Amino acid sequence: MGRYLLRRVAQSMVTLVLATMVVFAGVRALPGDPARALAGEENDPARIAAVRAKYGLDDAVWLQYWHYLTNSLTGDFGTSVRTNIPVAEMLKSALPVTIELSLLSLSVAALIGVLTGVLAAVRRGHPAEWLSNAFALLGLSVPNFWLGLMAILYLSVALAIFPASGHVPFFEDPVANLHHMVLPALVLGTGLAAVIMRQTRSSMLDALGTDYIRTARAKGLAERTVIGVHALRNSLIVVVTIVGLQLGALISGAVVTERIFGLPGFGKLTVDSVFQRDYPVIQGVVLVTASAYILINLLVDLLYSLIDPRIRVQGEAA
Amino acid sequence: MSTPSTNAPTGRRRPNAGDGPELVPTHSDEPLLQVRDLTVGFRTEDGRVSAVDQVSFDARAGELLAVVGESGCGKSVAATALSGLLPHNATVTGSVRLDGVELVGASPDQLRAVRGKEIAYIFQEPMTSLNPVFTVGRQVAEVLRVHEGMNRRDAMSRAVELLELVGIPTPRERIKHYPHQLSGGLRQRVMIAMAVACNPRVLVADEPTTALDVTVQAGILDVLRDMRDRLGAAVVLITHDLGVVADVADRVMVMYAGRVVERGEVHELFERPRHHYTVGLLGAVPSARTADGQQRLREIPGLVPTLAEQPDACTFADRCPAASDKCRSSQPRLDVAPASRHEVACWHPAGTDRAEVPA
Amino acid sequence: MATVEAPLVDPPRVAGARLRRGRAVRRLLRSPLAVTGLVVLCVAVLAALLAPLLAPYGPSDAHFDARFDPPGSPGYVLGTDSLGRDIFSRILFGLRASLLVGVLSVLLALVVGVPLGLIAGYFSKLDGVISRLTDLVLAFPFLILAVGLAAIRGASLSNAALAIGIAQVPGIIRVTRSETLRLKSLDYVAAAVAEGASDLWVLARHIFPNATSVLIVQATVAIPAAILGEAVLSFLGLGIQPPSPSLGTMLSEAQQAISRAPWTAVIPGLAIMVVTLAFNLFGDGLRDALDPRASRR
Repeated sequence: MGRYLLRRVAQSMVTLVLATMVVFAGVRALPGDPARALAGEENDPARIAAVRAKYGLDDAVWLQYWHYLTNSLTGDFGTSVRTNIPVAEMLKSALPVTIELSLLSLSVAALIGVLTGVLAAVRRGHPAEWLSNAFALLGLSVPNFWLGLMAILYLSVALAIFPASGHVPFFEDPVANLHHMVLPALVLGTGLAAVIMRQTRSSMLDALGTDYIRTARAKGLAERTVIGVHALRNSLIVVVTIVGLQLGALISGAVVTERIFGLPGFGKLTVDSVFQRDYPVIQGVVLVTASAYILINLLVDLLYSLIDPRIRVQGEAA
Repeated sequence: MSTPSTNAPTGRRRPNAGDGPELVPTHSDEPLLQVRDLTVGFRTEDGRVSAVDQVSFDARAGELLAVVGESGCGKSVAATALSGLLPHNATVTGSVRLDGVELVGASPDQLRAVRGKEIAYIFQEPMTSLNPVFTVGRQVAEVLRVHEGMNRRDAMSRAVELLELVGIPTPRERIKHYPHQLSGGLRQRVMIAMAVACNPRVLVADEPTTALDVTVQAGILDVLRDMRDRLGAAVVLITHDLGVVADVADRVMVMYAGRVVERGEVHELFERPRHHYTVGLLGAVPSARTADGQQRLREIPGLVPTLAEQPDACTFADRCPAASDKCRSSQPRLDVAPASRHEVACWHPAGTDRAEVPA
Repeated sequence: MATVEAPLVDPPRVAGARLRRGRAVRRLLRSPLAVTGLVVLCVAVLAALLAPLLAPYGPSDAHFDARFDPPGSPGYVLGTDSLGRDIFSRILFGLRASLLVGVLSVLLALVVGVPLGLIAGYFSKLDGVISRLTDLVLAFPFLILAVGLAAIRGASLSNAALAIGIAQVPGIIRVTRSETLRLKSLDYVAAAVAEGASDLWVLARHIFPNATSVLIVQATVAIPAAILGEAVLSFLGLGIQPPSPSLGTMLSEAQQAISRAPWTAVIPGLAIMVVTLAFNLFGDGLRDALDPRASRR
């Protein structure tokens, strides 16, 4: 376990450093003077000078990168040129919304996806299989932002069951918060649920045909134990990998979902900053997303090794 | 391989009333397991395939019955059918009575209570037959928890005893290991420990040594024999290895294309094989006498046929040196073979009056 | 799902690819769902190609006397939007843009990803480097990538295709790599290597041709994902710019008047769904046809 873990952590660090270089290079690839871009479009010479000094834009490139890296590491991502608020603070207020949305939709997706996937695998030739497959195919084909629009149109505007937009912080009023989050979470979770369903189904079918399932049956275990413990535990190894690969999709989906439902999260911050050419914010958003993504993937790999003893116990085997 | 020497269970533990299914103890002279006319077919995309045709046999407590035949002859299917373990596309008819209780057509719950408790299995592939994500201790303990209602701790300490019983060194450490950390021989011993955990009355071992190294095989067979003697279980050993049969079996049953063609006490049958298929099988075994290179290993020409329907004929006729028109138009039934004390299903038994064999 | 990170396809076990291809096509044509998908796709492609001939109006022609006409109004089969533009005509031209971005971005991903995947699978020394590169691209979720590109180069159809294409590269690399690894271990490839064939020859003559089946299947998953991606980007204003018609921009414009004219939002969404569904049905059928083991499931 130790060696595998160390290697995995080292790989993630390499990727993370490369990612900071990409973001750094991206800002330098902006048309015109990066100092002017980072200072905003107004030609305030004092501000441009301040930015120039802060990032050492007259220094050698590697020194500039060093400054950028150390600033980022201390949580200093610069100041928004639109609001004059430090980027770090804007990120801090937006992140909880996005994290809540992502976790909620991930739970929804995992619950629906695993349940329907197992159902489709176990009830072969039963209407339940057909329904589950149809659901997955539709889930994969429906654009989730359109699903969001339809949900607003029919559930919020016409039936007024759920609010169409807005956000209440969880710690202010948990019930109102969840009421506002239900639709976005469902909308964002549908596509992921479809992916998880398909993967669960196919790996369950693989697992159900194995010798160890025959052994489990020969031991006289109840069918729900055979399926729910022996087969599912093995299938989940594959499912967890797929969920890991889908995290990028979840982040992308969150951006759109937040925009549709007017949630003041990370996605909204991202899109707004592009339209306002708020380069410090864009830079911070991109860097934080990439780092978060790399770290989450590392966590998924560790989780993977927790579920699969073949990795945990023998290190690099399998 | 040393034989295990621990406080093993001695003698049969009779099930109490209300302990599992209603298993009424019957007269001791009646066989523990009575199989009559067991027939198994599979529905496949290409239509029905017949796997087992009217197989009957008895298995007695404390006895090791070997089921012999080439791969595809239906011996594994017959064995898995005993406790209804076949896939959903299988149809089973006939009768399987365990201590007088009918198992064919029994409810899933009844069968579940029998599996692992009364009839336990050891499968061919120790590599894949254990679940890779659970410790072997947990997998052994699971049977005890399901059938004996033990709690986690008791089941685990019993699992340690069982691993020791089947000859696994340092069992206390081994229960914490995952299957991939064990060698094939050790895994097969774990399978046996799992199978004997609840002192089953019938132990079905399906090619338990085929996937193992020759050096490991003997040890596994020792353990099987030991279990028969200590538990007084009826052991059904499925194998294509006649050397193994001669070593450990009390009685032997030869199967061909889903049917029993010859059966009897092992030495008697090996000395006076009456079915031409058995003769062929024995000829195909390299023995000490043939090792000098004088006699070549004999093979039976042809393959075991896959049948959609069982014909009213001898299914071995096409490969048989003694086949006549009668063999192709009428199915021979099992009957006491001439000049022997065992049964054979053949119109022209081998080793008898040559006049009966057409030229 | 609003993403272009296409789920990876299980590589079908294909050997002697060309021999089996005929059988695969026959199997494919026997599946009613796959054939339905194929037919719908053909219709969609034809409609997109012939849009200038089929459309009753120009995609941006405003008719201020016919604003928010519901579907079925005389002259406007699918109704009109807030500027009185014919939705049917805009759908046809929007389909054009969607399919163009879908195909272009996947082509880009193939051109970049296939050679890298072949190299990673064949030369184990370079595997690590390429894996780090893949990880790096994966670290930037497609939307974040598109945001960065839009910030640097501005929002446009070509930049949307570029962002989507780059996001597809890791998937193509992985699929090509694992297929290369599998093929490399086969006897006939080992034999060719033993006979002294050059690496380039082995890759070009033995590995690449046999990997095409897997790549075709991966493409049928990647193209609908790219179409959804284009719709998302255009919806957010990061892709095709109004007034150019695109299914995504139509949805974005419909958002403001959604309760007054729901059809302006319903119809473009249905169009996207039908096209992606057709691709997915066809792709599923193709995968099953190439991998009979999976189709029995």
